[in-house]
Amino acid sequence: MAKPRTLYDKIWDEHLVHEAPDGTSLIYIDRHLVHEVTSPQAFEGLRMAGRDVRAPEKTLAVVDHNVPTTDRSKGIDDPDSAIQVEALAKNAADFGIDYYHELDERQGIVHVVGPEQGFTLPGTTIVCGDSHTSTHGAFGALAHGIGTSEVEHVLATQTLIQQKAKNMLVRVEGKLPDNVTAKDIILAIIGEIGTAGGTGHVIEYAGETIRDLTMEGRMTVCNMSIEGGARAGLIAPDQKTFDYIMGRPRAPKGAAFEMAKAHWETLFTDEGAHFDAEVVLDAANLPPIVTWGTSPEQVVAIDGHVPSPEDIADETKRQAAVRALDYMGLKGGEKITDIALDRIFIGSCTNGRIEDLRAVAKVVEGQHVNENLNAMIVPGSGLVKLQAEEEGLDRIFTDAGFEWREPGCSMCLAMNPDKLAPGERCASTSNRNFEGRQGRLGRTHLVSPQMAAAAAIAGHFVDIRDLQ
Amino acid sequence: MEKFTTLTGIAAHLPMINVDTDMIIPKNYLKTIKRTGLGEGLFAELRYDENGQKHEHFVLHKEPYTNAEILIAGENFGCGSSREHAPWALLDFGFRCIIAPSFADIFYNNCFKNGILPIVLPQEEINKLIDDAERGDNARLTIDLEAQEISGPDGGKIHFDIDPHRKRCLIEGLDDIGLTLEKAEHIDRFEEQAGTVRPWV
Repeated sequence: MAKPRTLYDKIWDEHLVHEAPDGTSLIYIDRHLVHEVTSPQAFEGLRMAGRDVRAPEKTLAVVDHNVPTTDRSKGIDDPDSAIQVEALAKNAADFGIDYYHELDERQGIVHVVGPEQGFTLPGTTIVCGDSHTSTHGAFGALAHGIGTSEVEHVLATQTLIQQKAKNMLVRVEGKLPDNVTAKDIILAIIGEIGTAGGTGHVIEYAGETIRDLTMEGRMTVCNMSIEGGARAGLIAPDQKTFDYIMGRPRAPKGAAFEMAKAHWETLFTDEGAHFDAEVVLDAANLPPIVTWGTSPEQVVAIDGHVPSPEDIADETKRQAAVRALDYMGLKGGEKITDIALDRIFIGSCTNGRIEDLRAVAKVVEGQHVNENLNAMIVPGSGLVKLQAEEEGLDRIFTDAGFEWREPGCSMCLAMNPDKLAPGERCASTSNRNFEGRQGRLGRTHLVSPQMAAAAAIAGHFVDIRDLQ
Repeated sequence: MEKFTTLTGIAAHLPMINVDTDMIIPKNYLKTIKRTGLGEGLFAELRYDENGQKHEHFVLHKEPYTNAEILIAGENFGCGSSREHAPWALLDFGFRCIIAPSFADIFYNNCFKNGILPIVLPQEEINKLIDDAERGDNARLTIDLEAQEISGPDGGKIHFDIDPHRKRCLIEGLDDIGLTLEKAEHIDRFEEQAGTVRPWV
């Protein structure tokens, strides 16, 4: 009998083009997503070497990082951002790559667009010059972020040089309490394993709780795999996955869909397959999670307190905590629900999908944003925006005092004009609370959309479970 | 890519863990379409205040570390964003070698593509190198990639491990794409076969 294999093993084996005796492997890449920030130097490299794009039909380009989220029909004010956006348009045209420009309704954050278009399919290998490419693992695709040199390598050869990673299993069991979400699951996992816990591994998320999540929820979990150090996260595809894909513009149709589905149904970890590491999380007692520091592993329950450095035994971690508290303007010991906020950011490739917006609308309907803060909602794509408007969510948001913006990465990384001023404190549904991430000296607390929404109304963090 | 064989240079110590690529090169420097000139943005928010004034205490502002070529860092160096601007900025400043107890995967990989040697060592070995790096003008280390050896100012030697393929690429300054294109017939064959087994892709 064949040796039992993990889902990662199966996808790896199916994409192995060549393996050298030392294990250095050439892996075929089925799908390549390209955005404006990490690609210009790659295209320049191709031109300088006189190389072509090997498979333009397997490549999709979209602008997301730089674009303003205000009306952009009259162009982009920031000259450097405008140059990057123009460069992508030109590169896509020159090399024959499909491109969604800033006014195309299909434009959006690359990791929202891929699944939405049916470009993301189970069992495929997907790369992008962006670490949150791990998002696509929610479909049972082996998806990870790469650097610009590798972007050029994939453009030229449709392959990537890799060493096989180890397998890690994260099993999540139990029924999630109301208003505790996929975001809380992944923040809790990162809190448990640390930001380097997954380094060198591909994480497979499994268990009853993961199966119960919607595709949007699964994408939120896989999205932040990189914050746990893993380049890729995977969830075995199931009927929910197939239902999500069916009918999408780039998904296989008719007989091809049925043939594909038969293959996708073989994409699961075999009984008895070996994992190098295993972690179990009990979701039934999971509280909403808030980050207090400047690393995604610095998490605490909503009903908890900011830790005091003297409570941290490990000397290196204690020093990191001292620095983080100083940066965050916290002393340690504060009740999380006492922390007042200046800004709210709802959006990003982690939590900028329709389900996230519906959850926010449910919390804020008929209420008003606290007068001491500014709150912004940035849909993940033009199609998410249209869908939300069709459902009347935009009216709920604007009536409640939220800004309703055009799609893009926005204040998740603050490359466009959306950023925190020094010292401003933000509850954000994005994925990174690093120093300066949302603007120089800005202070970020990562939370779920529901928690961000409730904080927007109250002006400080609240335990969403108390609102029922 | 510039070859890496041996390097003798000043080593600077950055005593922080989880240094992310946002910290190595903040986003306002990413709006470039070039690989060069990013050294000025290296660690910008650690090196300068909001008005562009130097944080004088920051190691890379002190002599002789303004000319550092080797960086001794804390665990999980280079975590976060995949931006290759991080190694480009380090290289543009003059760094050719980073030594840390652990690196984030994507950053580690990106270093090799740019002729930068990332070396993983246990913390106790790193502590010896930190001592060396704090000796001012004497903070010089020699890295011999062929021998996989670091020599300190007192002549002490530390061995390091490295993947043989990556070692060869650095020493010979090989272009990955060129190497892969030598395997073009394997790729052709793969595409042909995959086209039958998974035609929907």
